[in-house]
Amino acid sequence: MENPDVTSDPRSHEALIDRLGTELVPVRRLLPPWLRTAGWLLLVAALAAGLLMHYGAEPMLRRWSATPDLAWAGMGAVITAISAAWAAFALAVPGRRVAWAWLPLPGALLWIGASGLGCLRTWIAPGTEVAGLHQTADCLTFIIAFSIPLSALLIVLLRRACPLRPVLAAVLIGLASAAASASLLEICHAFDSASTDLLTHALAVAVVVAVNAAMGGRLLGKA
Amino acid sequence: MPQALTATAFMGLDSGLSRGMSPVRTVPAESAAVSASESPDRRRSAWMAAAQAGDRRAYEKLLADSVALIRTVARRQGVAPDHVDDVVQETLITVHRVRQTYDPTRSYDAWLGAIAARRAIDSLRSRGRRDSRELHDEFALDNHPDRDDASAATESEQRAQRLHEAIAELPPGQREAVEQLGLRERSLSEAAELTGRNSGALKVNLHRALKALRERFHGEP
Repeated sequence: MENPDVTSDPRSHEALIDRLGTELVPVRRLLPPWLRTAGWLLLVAALAAGLLMHYGAEPMLRRWSATPDLAWAGMGAVITAISAAWAAFALAVPGRRVAWAWLPLPGALLWIGASGLGCLRTWIAPGTEVAGLHQTADCLTFIIAFSIPLSALLIVLLRRACPLRPVLAAVLIGLASAAASASLLEICHAFDSASTDLLTHALAVAVVVAVNAAMGGRLLGKA
Repeated sequence: MPQALTATAFMGLDSGLSRGMSPVRTVPAESAAVSASESPDRRRSAWMAAAQAGDRRAYEKLLADSVALIRTVARRQGVAPDHVDDVVQETLITVHRVRQTYDPTRSYDAWLGAIAARRAIDSLRSRGRRDSRELHDEFALDNHPDRDDASAATESEQRAQRLHEAIAELPPGQREAVEQLGLRERSLSEAAELTGRNSGALKVNLHRALKALRERFHGEP
């Protein structure tokens, strides 16, 4: 690249094309983004099934019927996880519209909005059990512990594709895996949402998104 | 992410256009020999499908055909004519590496356009970085003139010549300081050892020399 005399010669393109031609081997085409998303969600579903077997669905359903906004928040987290992962897989294919990046927005709004309502619970219904500092730390550990393997898998899958915008891809990966682990947390959450709880979620999401974005430059960069 | 946003406008437009062109269409790998009546995009799409299956001839025709497209995209992104061929090469290499991501039911041109636009932006960004780094270093600018531009090279040669003359006319202590610290890029302690002067004196001399040079060149075009 340093020598303009070589690269501006059209014959050097021929030489490169010839070299690439000799290196050509048949490749297996990538599956469509929705199928690859489904593959990743399968792992999340397996984890959810494991947690449900251990904890049972009963405490979760009881908590949800007592505080419907928590159910909405959980639903929002699930939608965010699915849509963010789908958007990441779609955007990893060159030529797809960047508008895909907006796909997780409605889910994220529902998730954050409904959890935000939970914050007000302390004032609306002071009787409910509020997360202590110890439980909050557990929450954070849980989300991050689940996010790391989920992110790692997404990164491996996306590296097979071609994320032309690595930072955007990393943000979507972070959002998808944080939302997925927050959804999983719903199953074994022992207490109702409170401001400390929401703050923990926000912090965990921020940590995962930031780490992913910071590493994205190198992890997904030269695609 | 401002850089991502600049890429966005074009790619969004490009894929938006291409979406209307070819909705759903499966191309078997064998159909590399496509009739001339088909649109160029569809023809390239069929070639790529064949290349994914390992058809070397289709692949080489496709890549040769892609060069002009990549050039257009690079120029539209504002890449200087001298560097367009770098972008072509980088794009071809990327195409080779990520050819499994191409879906033959979609537009090849949109796929290629997105990759080319990204490589064009990479090229612009790396040149921007290099330029901004060099502008801070007068000596580097003189020692490494832009090889692509003959008149710029001559001009910077003349500038270097004038600078060398000006340095030669400095008082000996100042000249020594500029030569050791500026031109040979020695550290203060190395220069002090070589010249036998203490580093304080070297610093003062360098400072005075730079001031004298600035005054001399001030007002000159």
